Amino acid sequence: MPQDPASRPPLPVLAAISAGGVLGALSRYGIGVAWPHDPRGFGWSTWIVNVSGCLLIGILMVLVTRLRPEQRLVRPFWGVGVLGGYTTFSTASVDVLRAAPGTALLYLGVTLIGALLAVWAGTAATEAVLRR
Amino acid sequence: MTMLLVALGAAIGAPLRYLTDRAIQARQTSTFPWGTFTVNVAGSLLLGYLIGLPVAAWLSALLGTGFCGALTTYSTFSYETLRLVLQGERVLAAAYAIGSVLAGLGAAYAGLLLAQTAN
Repeated sequence: MPQDPASRPPLPVLAAISAGGVLGALSRYGIGVAWPHDPRGFGWSTWIVNVSGCLLIGILMVLVTRLRPEQRLVRPFWGVGVLGGYTTFSTASVDVLRAAPGTALLYLGVTLIGALLAVWAGTAATEAVLRR
Repeated sequence: MTMLLVALGAAIGAPLRYLTDRAIQARQTSTFPWGTFTVNVAGSLLLGYLIGLPVAAWLSALLGTGFCGALTTYSTFSYETLRLVLQGERVLAAAYAIGSVLAGLGAAYAGLLLAQTAN
């Protein structure tokens, strides 16, 4: 979304982000409840949430740029709201501190690399599908 | 009840992330995504503090899972890193990725220590 620093964000944009954030956070909470992990162990639920969220933002960003650039609330709702609220950086940081040392290092690396590979795969696959 | 608290925290955290990002990006000209960096570090500090106290389950749902979870983001962080790589800014991308992870860890640890001092 093009940003004009001087203008204030319109209320519908903030409302879309807030509503999307609620949806995303509740999904993350649901996955955490369904798949609890020992605080000293590998935070699988947070890992799944973050990596899947990165895959989805890769797909979304290609779709909104290519297909629906005129839809002004699509990116605020799905990107900033749902996926921003779904994924979490704070829990990923705290998970590392709480895990046993070896697990912590593994979790840290696998989260960062998994997230970056996922966002790249999401954009590359969507671009490839759209090119056909 | 817990779901309602998570929802409430996220309803505030997500737009606050957007507003913070806008305010910071409007005040700087570099391509480094300082806005997302700031919310991720701030959210990690607060969550570290909450875990360190520790707080009651309802407050953890509201401020931890809801607010901090929605204030911070891994998806925007990874997308911005990819965009920097695609723009040819490889050093900046690596600095952003590694810098965010280390600063987030440091902030969470600082929050934990702050909470332990407070106790």
